[in-house]
Amino acid sequence: MAKVPINVKVNGVEHNVDIEPRLLLVHFLRENLRLTGTHIGCDTSHCGACTVVMDGRAIKSCTAFAVQADGRSIMTVEGLEQDGKLHPLQDGFFQEHGLQCGYCTPGMLMTGYVFLGTNNNPTEDEIRHAISGNLCRCTGYVNIVKAYQYAAQKMREGGAEDGAKNIA
Amino acid sequence: MAPKTSPEIGGMGHSVKRKEDPRFLRGLGNYVDDVNLPGMLYLDIVRSPYAHATINNIDISKATAIPGVLAVITGKDLEKYNLHWMPTLMSDTQMVLPVDKVMYQAQEVAAVLATDRYIAADGVEAVEIDYDPLPVVVDPKKALLPDAPVLRTDKKDKKDNHIWHWEWGNRDATDQLFREAEVTVKEDIYIPRIHVSSIETCGCVAHFDKVNGKLTVWMTTQAPHAIRTVFALVAGHVGLSEEKIQIISPDIGGGFGGKVPVYPGYVIAVAASVLTGKPVKWIEDRMENLQADSFARDYHITAELAGKKDGQLTALRIKTIADHGYTDAAANPSKFPAGLFHVCTGSYDLKAAHVEVDGVYTNKPPGGIAYRCSFRVTEAVHTIERMADLMAHEIGMDPAEFRMKNFIKPEQFPYKSALDWEYDSGNYAAALQLAMDKIGYTELKKEQAEKRARGELMGIGISSFTEIVGAGPSKHFDILGIKMFDSAEIRVHPTGKVIARFGTKSQGQGHETTYAQIVAEELGFPVDSVLVEEGDTDTAPYGLGTYASRSTPVAGAACAVACRKIKDKARKIAAYLLEAHEDDLEWETGKFFVKGSPDRAKTIQEISLAAYTNHPPGMEAGLEAVNYYDPPNLTYPFGSYICVVDIDKGTGEVKIRRFVAIDDCGNIINPMIVQGQIHGGLTMGLGPALYEEIQYDESGNILQGSFMNYLLPTAVETPNWETANTVTPSPHHPLGAKGVGESATVGAPAAIVNAVVDALWHLGVRHIDIPITSAKVWKLLRDAGVKD
Ligand code: FES
Ligand code: FES
Repeated sequence: MAKVPINVKVNGVEHNVDIEPRLLLVHFLRENLRLTGTHIGCDTSHCGACTVVMDGRAIKSCTAFAVQADGRSIMTVEGLEQDGKLHPLQDGFFQEHGLQCGYCTPGMLMTGYVFLGTNNNPTEDEIRHAISGNLCRCTGYVNIVKAYQYAAQKMREGGAEDGAKNIA
Repeated sequence: MAPKTSPEIGGMGHSVKRKEDPRFLRGLGNYVDDVNLPGMLYLDIVRSPYAHATINNIDISKATAIPGVLAVITGKDLEKYNLHWMPTLMSDTQMVLPVDKVMYQAQEVAAVLATDRYIAADGVEAVEIDYDPLPVVVDPKKALLPDAPVLRTDKKDKKDNHIWHWEWGNRDATDQLFREAEVTVKEDIYIPRIHVSSIETCGCVAHFDKVNGKLTVWMTTQAPHAIRTVFALVAGHVGLSEEKIQIISPDIGGGFGGKVPVYPGYVIAVAASVLTGKPVKWIEDRMENLQADSFARDYHITAELAGKKDGQLTALRIKTIADHGYTDAAANPSKFPAGLFHVCTGSYDLKAAHVEVDGVYTNKPPGGIAYRCSFRVTEAVHTIERMADLMAHEIGMDPAEFRMKNFIKPEQFPYKSALDWEYDSGNYAAALQLAMDKIGYTELKKEQAEKRARGELMGIGISSFTEIVGAGPSKHFDILGIKMFDSAEIRVHPTGKVIARFGTKSQGQGHETTYAQIVAEELGFPVDSVLVEEGDTDTAPYGLGTYASRSTPVAGAACAVACRKIKDKARKIAAYLLEAHEDDLEWETGKFFVKGSPDRAKTIQEISLAAYTNHPPGMEAGLEAVNYYDPPNLTYPFGSYICVVDIDKGTGEVKIRRFVAIDDCGNIINPMIVQGQIHGGLTMGLGPALYEEIQYDESGNILQGSFMNYLLPTAVETPNWETANTVTPSPHHPLGAKGVGESATVGAPAAIVNAVVDALWHLGVRHIDIPITSAKVWKLLRDAGVKD
């Protein structure tokens, strides 16, 4: 199949590459760029394991073609940690036991990244609806809600730094 | 129980943060689809659109003409190597790829090998198969009728679809008690086929290194060692030898029983790698996973309970038809075709019981894995908890009072059940009482009465379950002849750091943390200095794997015993270093000291160094131990759950208002992790109770073949679980622990159903099969003449 050129920024790094037009964004990230933190859990856009941020919006990368990312900027779970400091959400998941097998976790983090960016003082109900497009089979969601609340508080306090230091 | 160690040591009872989390939180886990080898090929599978059909012809020419498609593998290709069939764990047989007919929709029919994932999918589209449809049998009861088509025509002399009959208990004594009973209740209970749906599907990367003749398989498996042996047994005749097979179970994105069996895709990928000498990756997509493997339950149960008018239960009688699909590929210990279903007398002191189960073939994919449960325990618990509730309602007794009256009493333990299990320990009344206190049972009852008077529908449901986990004692438990022990191998390095390896494999349970805590508890090494490894058969000691809540009861015990061996040697070294007699030494977390002079002490770190630098003459150097633990008994975790539901009269929607779960898993290693396991388990109880079911139409077409209609609970449907524990240690486990991963999935559905039936009892409703969908409730309400 004929390849087409795209220009896409992923976690701040620019990529000029030729790809097949049918290549899904999730496969582009996982296989072409080897950013395997973004996962695949379904083929019907239901599980959210593939969630990444594209131009500030959380999208399901299994439901987008890589060519649709042309000229855009993507952030994946690998981009959350900044200058060796974990994002408050990563810290929240660690502190509140918001993950077990870890497979849904990158998607949950990226959904949260965008959600908490627009609402850093959410109610439990708002959090539950925000993550209703992300399935977790392990945690029963209770601790994911707590992880979001933990992160929201840290973000309100502007204390991303001190929160993250507990994780090796 | 207050922890014995400091938080820095982090032994049992501390909510130590998980050691596995940092890599997962950074997106740096290593799941099977993350494995990427140079020159790796991709395998994709052509699946049958028919549930039962003869294969006339498979035309691969268009597929192989696609650039990048290297081969299309069919059953005929595997037949040359006698690899087209494989044994199941229950000593039945299962097709790897069919030669002449297919037995279920989505069955693997051919496999396309290509240089790229997308090209492999193109190849799948291009394979042309000519089928002749055959009559389909989906209803196991119809499958048993004399005129039903015989499905397993591959088995010479097979004249029907009956697989086996199994029974347990005292039939005569049970029948006698039923004849004498003052009250009996009877109910048909269907526990439908469901699917584990771990968010990661199944898959593998098989790499046969032609130079060394070594096969390495990265594989989503909960039991890597057993898989290695199975591969050696099944493929020995084509030259695979067990010392040259390495199974690596990398990070696993949830298992829940679905990653115990060997599925055809794994075998085809291995065969493809052996034939090509190239690494081959096979990863199921979600629809393949939902349509072809990882199915559980499917029990058609008729249960009867006998008792006295005052509520005293006497006997239980159960007959069951077990729908296994086209082969019995259940994941059970060999001796138990119905798993541990005969723990169905539950938490109650019955005089006699009798259980019969008949296994049946139908045109469905193989079922019978244990969806987050220890071999059919959920089926058992659901039955007894539904029946107990039915009896309580029937005689007009409060279901809590009824349970209190019939519970096995604390002083009766160890307790021999009517079906011959020896329950290790329990205090069932204490757990139920705590649940009642926490939820405010009396006030809820009052509220319910008021609401009922106003025509509002509210229900309260209880489930007081007893599980049976930690398989198991070698006398009774084996898988394909391999006894169900598990193992730990612990090495202490000179600088006082530890590596500990196990025969189990975490799929999210947090073994890297909890096993390290056991080492910390036993030897006083800080939890941070203990590295836990599992899942690589080249390095880890042999074990049967992680399922049936067996990791803590079996491998956890092995860990404790291995640590105690190390401690015995450490004591000798300490005595030598302190120039004291061993008997004069006392242990305090992390050090030995001379009785009466606490400053004459050697820390475990000093002893570790001495084991390599200054060990006593005549003693072997080093500080390590291995234990293969054969549990003397199973463990019996228990709990009481209370659920409150409100039902919308207009839509039939069931809303869980509150759910209090009291669990007793014996002594607790990590309270945070235990609570997390219970949250997750409850949610996997909620799913089947209200949403999850796999159905087939008359032609054998699956009706819930994707996440569009197989509904997993999201955060919105899931309530804010309220959890707490009572602690009744297991008397025979070295740490007093029992295991917890599955309790909540086993116990929760009955509490939810009991609550819904309680809300509708006055309308004449006696039982509803799970899942209790809004449509089912809506219909019951309309039938009862209820207006919205
Ligand atoms: S992989 Fe499931 S929504 Fe994208
Ligand atoms: S942690 Fe396993 S799916 Fe969410």
